[in-house]
Amino acid sequence: MTGAADNTQDSYPQATEQHEHHAPTGFKRWFFSTNHKDIGTLYLGFSLLMFLIGGAMAMLIRAELFQPGLQLMEPHFYNQMVTVHGLIMVFGAVMPAFVGLANWMIPLMIGAPDMALPRMNNWSFWILPFAFAMLLGSLFMEGGGPAFGWTFYAPLSTTYSNDNTAMFVFAVHIMGISSIMGAINVIVTIVNLRAPGMTWMKTPMFVWTWLITAFLLIAVMPVLAGAVTMVLTDKYFGTDFFNAVGGGDPVMFQHIFWFFGHPEVYIMILPAFGIISTIVPTFSRKKLFGYHSMVYATGSIAILSFVVWMHHMFTTGMPLAAELFFMYSTMLISVPTGVKIFNWVATMWRGAISFEVPMLFAIAFIVLFTIGGFSGLMLAITPADFQYHDTYFVVAHFHYVLVTGAVFSIMAGVYYWLPKWSGHMFDIRLAKTHFWLSLISVNILFFPMHFVGLAGMPRRIPDYALQFADFNAIISIGGFAFGLSQLLFVWVVLKCVRGGEKVPANVWQAAEGLEWDVPSPAPHHTFATPPVIK
Amino acid sequence: MKSAAATRYDKYYVPTQSHWPIVGAVALFCIASGAGLTVMQIGKQGTSGSYLLMTGFAVLFFMLFGWIKNVVHESMSGLYSSQMDFSFRQSMWWFIFSEVMFFLVFFGVLFYARMFSVPWLGGEGNNAMTNELLWPEFQSVWPLTTTPSGETTQAMGWFGLPLLNTFILLTSSVTVHFAHHALLAGKRTQLKAFMIISVLLGFAFLYFQVTEYIHAYHELGLTLASGIYGNVFYLLTGFHGMHVTLGAILLLIVTLRIFKGHFNKDNHFAFEAATWYWHFVDIVWLCLFFFVYVL
Ligand code: HEM
Ligand SMILES: [Cu+2]
Repeated sequence: MTGAADNTQDSYPQATEQHEHHAPTGFKRWFFSTNHKDIGTLYLGFSLLMFLIGGAMAMLIRAELFQPGLQLMEPHFYNQMVTVHGLIMVFGAVMPAFVGLANWMIPLMIGAPDMALPRMNNWSFWILPFAFAMLLGSLFMEGGGPAFGWTFYAPLSTTYSNDNTAMFVFAVHIMGISSIMGAINVIVTIVNLRAPGMTWMKTPMFVWTWLITAFLLIAVMPVLAGAVTMVLTDKYFGTDFFNAVGGGDPVMFQHIFWFFGHPEVYIMILPAFGIISTIVPTFSRKKLFGYHSMVYATGSIAILSFVVWMHHMFTTGMPLAAELFFMYSTMLISVPTGVKIFNWVATMWRGAISFEVPMLFAIAFIVLFTIGGFSGLMLAITPADFQYHDTYFVVAHFHYVLVTGAVFSIMAGVYYWLPKWSGHMFDIRLAKTHFWLSLISVNILFFPMHFVGLAGMPRRIPDYALQFADFNAIISIGGFAFGLSQLLFVWVVLKCVRGGEKVPANVWQAAEGLEWDVPSPAPHHTFATPPVIK
Repeated sequence: MKSAAATRYDKYYVPTQSHWPIVGAVALFCIASGAGLTVMQIGKQGTSGSYLLMTGFAVLFFMLFGWIKNVVHESMSGLYSSQMDFSFRQSMWWFIFSEVMFFLVFFGVLFYARMFSVPWLGGEGNNAMTNELLWPEFQSVWPLTTTPSGETTQAMGWFGLPLLNTFILLTSSVTVHFAHHALLAGKRTQLKAFMIISVLLGFAFLYFQVTEYIHAYHELGLTLASGIYGNVFYLLTGFHGMHVTLGAILLLIVTLRIFKGHFNKDNHFAFEAATWYWHFVDIVWLCLFFFVYVL
């Protein structure tokens, strides 16, 4: 949807010119960088590392749950694994991966020389390794790390938490600072640095979704900061925000957390929508169906995401009117989401589809994310949620939207743009193996969770009733298979970075957008003077 | 149209490598882990946390000084186009927006406490049994001077220091505004005078705020731990005070730069950013004065 740019590969003079400034190397290149491509690579590499660490924790969780009874670990350690797994995957793996893709692709897609504020960009990135060092470090301190779930409900995180909670609080604070600076940078880049002629309605879908995501980030990360601050003062300074003894209320914590939390889940899915909207047209050899409706759907999802938070709290005993309001507002979100799914399918309809690896992931996303959307719809039905809440059904729901949704879209994006970044085609056979192994194992892993959840198996508990044993063994096997398959992904990426068949500028022939006009690998500096979009 | 576009898009300045961001990341790491350790060491052995915290702030100020120096230098040597200027401005708006959201959380807490949690504990709505079973003596009033567990305190009135502080901050917002006009009109002496007055008013506000805290702690028995009223009072006024401090420092830096001859009527982003921040702090105070003190 970008509108064809008038400089194609042959008329791309800057590329060679720019290559003359030699790119810095070694330590300085990565630590002092002001280059959106290098910083994007840093984000993506960091995210991959966190994905592996968080994944290792998931393996431990599944090993413990392989059989009923306590096998491998103390319940307190299990709780720490569940908590830190969640925090790492949300704040360390998924969000930084999207920021990495934004860094790499937004300037290329809008014809900008870099991000609007390149130094701040580097600052946002380098905060993250320190923040996660703090969080992971607290696991090794006396008393252990956070063990109250990624949602850190009071009083679990106040009255009943261990003494190291302050580490968690301040780690979240600096993660938040990093996210806010990153988001400001994205918004300003998009608003201010689009090439002349790139009007809003010619702006690529990935850019649009990130613009709205960045807005959500700036709006809700401060809310998270407020929540952790009050946990800190309640725990260490004698305040009673979340304690009825002083006139506060633990349920108030849940309101604040979910006012952040629900927009947060959309922060993790809107850029995914953008990636899928980019990939599906390329491999269907058609224009994106309903571009305008995609933009409006994204906007309405973002707005609605502020008025649904109480669907996480149906069982806290709220007034009937609130139960009804939040039930309907939540269901309303399925409408714009449905519009998107319809548009992707309509884009594929009668297209000349080819099943390259990014497209395989994109199609898997569409199908499996839809399953996650449907289970969400079931959870949104208040009376039904009284049954499902805090069971494995919820775990199944959010893993369908986050793993086969957000993570699959990230993998789709990486396979789609990796040749552009590295200049090499990845090993297609291995990548396809990775896809099929992931697709099969992820469903063995998460699908049976629906059933044990409906049957009443509670989440966040290291032991379970005997009746759930068979399903849990199957789930764990799926889990180990999925975990191992991701090592293949790491191998494919590393192999592609180090070498492979050279690719032309427009790697996927039918792909549209300015990023395909620059040579592959993309030179260190691009679009020093902006292209003109007609 | 074409020529306008040509100048707007002419050349966007992309700075070369810089070591300040990583220094800033290290600073934030020292501050965060230092603050964490400090809090964990309250009432225990050990002061390693506060040393780390202080080191962190030192590194942060060192970084800010160096970074801002670079930016000022680039700005003075004319590297920034109007497009770049717009990037800076926009970032500042969004930064202020994030701050607004931060304060909204604590105002939200205030409303929740007043409208829901305290009345419920007092038995309002269908909560008669809550009151009966938990704290039958408890009565729902605002300001909450007696907590459910029976701790008592006194409320902070709005007359006196808070009212004085409101006048001080409002006046400073006006003087900052006059300073902006003086800058646009090229009247440097007026500009300097108004800036100095604004900075002084800012620090006067802080002085009275501290006086008020001392009064609250020593005479009213209103502390951070005096139940939800004290909690909200100190978190809101405390965070606001921290923002006033930051804003006053920004104004001070800008004033010093004015004395060095920086800024003119076309090029004064830093000046404007500091004044926007100041107006924001002022508006937060007005809400605070109204909702925390008066109502
Ligand atoms: C059709 C759209 C969706 C609907 C109707 C929906 C509905 C819900 C509901 C009602 C719950 C609460 C269940 C409970 O705790 O009893 C829930 C939980 C959750 N949802 Fe969704 N959801 C949707 C999409 C998404 C998306 C796109 C994501 C993320 C990418 C997501 C992530 C989550 C997470 C992480 C939780 C669990 C949080 C926790 O308790 O730890 N959902 N969803
Ligand atoms: Cu939700």
